[in-house]
Amino acid sequence: MYAQMVKTDGTRVRSLDEMEPHERAFQERVDAGQKIEPKEWMPDGYRKTLVRQISQHAHSEIVGQLPEGNWISRAPTLERKAILLAKVQDEAGHGLYLYCAAETLGISRDEMYEQLHSGKAKYSSIFNYPTLTWADIGAIGWLVDGAAIMNQVPLQRCSYGPYARAMVRICKEESFHQRQGFDALMRMVKGIPAQKAMVQDALNRWWWPSLMMFGPSDDASVHSVQSMAWKIKQNSNDELRQKFVDQTVPQAEYLGLTVPDPDLKWNEEKGGYDFGEPDWEEFFNVIAGNGPCNAERLNARKQAWDDGAWFRDGLTAHAQKTAAHSVAAE
Amino acid sequence: MATATLEPDVDQSALFEFLLRIGDNALILGHRVSEWCGHAPALEEDIALANTALDLIGQTQLWLGLAGEVEGEGRSADNLAYLRDGFEFRNILLVERPNGDYGKTLMRQFLFDAWHYLLLKALKGSAEKRIADIAEKTFKEVSYHLNRSRDLVIRLGDGSAESHRRMQEALDDLWPYTGEMFVGDTIDAALAGAGIIPAPQSLKIGWDEIVADALSESTLVKPADGYMHKGGRRGVHTEHLGYILSELQFLQRAYPGAVW
Amino acid sequence: MSSEWPLWEVFIRGQHGLNHRHVGSLHAPDAEMAVNNARDVYTRRNEGVSIWVVKSSEITASAPSEKGPLFEPSNSKVYRHPTFFDIPDEVGHM
Repeated sequence: MYAQMVKTDGTRVRSLDEMEPHERAFQERVDAGQKIEPKEWMPDGYRKTLVRQISQHAHSEIVGQLPEGNWISRAPTLERKAILLAKVQDEAGHGLYLYCAAETLGISRDEMYEQLHSGKAKYSSIFNYPTLTWADIGAIGWLVDGAAIMNQVPLQRCSYGPYARAMVRICKEESFHQRQGFDALMRMVKGIPAQKAMVQDALNRWWWPSLMMFGPSDDASVHSVQSMAWKIKQNSNDELRQKFVDQTVPQAEYLGLTVPDPDLKWNEEKGGYDFGEPDWEEFFNVIAGNGPCNAERLNARKQAWDDGAWFRDGLTAHAQKTAAHSVAAE
Repeated sequence: MATATLEPDVDQSALFEFLLRIGDNALILGHRVSEWCGHAPALEEDIALANTALDLIGQTQLWLGLAGEVEGEGRSADNLAYLRDGFEFRNILLVERPNGDYGKTLMRQFLFDAWHYLLLKALKGSAEKRIADIAEKTFKEVSYHLNRSRDLVIRLGDGSAESHRRMQEALDDLWPYTGEMFVGDTIDAALAGAGIIPAPQSLKIGWDEIVADALSESTLVKPADGYMHKGGRRGVHTEHLGYILSELQFLQRAYPGAVW
Repeated sequence: MSSEWPLWEVFIRGQHGLNHRHVGSLHAPDAEMAVNNARDVYTRRNEGVSIWVVKSSEITASAPSEKGPLFEPSNSKVYRHPTFFDIPDEVGHM
């Protein structure tokens, strides 16, 4: 997912009886579905986990601008160009909302950037794959945004107020993202054979990385159980992956495409699809920095930040001059 | 519909030419500005600049759409944007200048916006209603572009020593590309005579004023009016345009007849 | 390392006659730029009629418990809205 494998620090989840009064009151409010707001008391682990999760999510949004941004200059029509630009701009907006949500927990945006640039903070594995053709832009909207929505819709009900509110705004915008991707692909599969081949090729390359977005099975993970108890995670990775496959396979069929999984088949009994196991070795490699585009993505972010330093400092200098001037005039 | 609302004595090819000039400016500058998406110096700037690019792409659709209509040969805005070669493009050279650093991009935007603002303001009163309508809609967008680029040029000019240096460099570098905005030819004269467009020279005084005001606030020094490059408005471009078009037009050229 | 632009809280009046509402926050070097940035960041879909910004550090808060932001759709960039794209019924919810 946009936030993958977020650690919680704990070794096991404690029961209400084992908690100090503060923590117990906190947990009871979470259990009752109340929102936790910035200035309120919260367990240290909750705060740290949220900072990790929200900042990872934010980093994913802004690194996620890059693979699609590649194609803004090559979009095939003026309308597609505007749509793609608006979409990538939205991702910057989502990053901004999320960084702000994380900032309410006492970390600054610059500190989070620093963690991203130094490689300490992670972002979603999916954005380390290249966009090779225009069909990849459609595939990202359809599959990657589709997978993201699976995770983000329940996060609107997450226990931390600023995060939940950011997700409300983001979800509203994400639906446009997924639809524009599917719409672009629909147009292409009805087009000339070369276009349809381009779409199938994109599905072949994006299918498995999309399934990996949900992360490895976390049913046995203490981090996952703790995050669920805190209501900053609502569903297990496998649950969401299943839901994604069940939703997406019929859409692929509608487009006349073949999902690149020989083990994929409908299971009447469970009312869902059985499907193959993603290549988790590849996943861990991408997470460890060995994906096809890890170096490019990180370098692009660092360069934008470093090259922009004079601009940010210049504006700060002007603001300070103006402030000093108005003080002197009073 | 194509000719019904026109002044009877206006040359259709002159009108078409003008619409390409204004539409191509929006197209090429919008393309350049969109190159920043994902790479701007701050998230807020990334979002703001994308709004400018989106406006310009929308304006391209309007102007080139009307150009196709006036031409009357069934070409759409997309046909005109994606299926002409460089010598058929009519944008001024300023808008095809490479982005450079963020300061140069902003300076290019400001020099263009100040002119674009005055041009659209005049076009709101065009005798050709379809032009006046587009001008009415786009003038609001461009007024905001000018507010923003002017504000940033002032702040960065009167900011840190380094931002001042970079903005002065950008200004000096781009200045020789500003003259082309105010040079008229027979096409301009015909359309201006019919009250459809302002004469290019007539915008110079207003532009000088806007620029001089901003530069004095920004503590930047206006370069001397030396040699001015031109050629874009009659299809003679710099080498940069070819690279822009090879990216812009790649899919349409590689898959002729495909619908996207 | 240079100093970070301060954080601002953004309040937008979506329509005439309504109150300003808190919609989020952003970074900007001063108040004037915060207003400009707010226009670009927070009114991409909804044309607000008025924007307030206030430095986050200037806000005094009681024990907070507020509702989520409101969204006022507009059609100035129609393709931003999911309904711009016709998805066939057979495809299911998207």
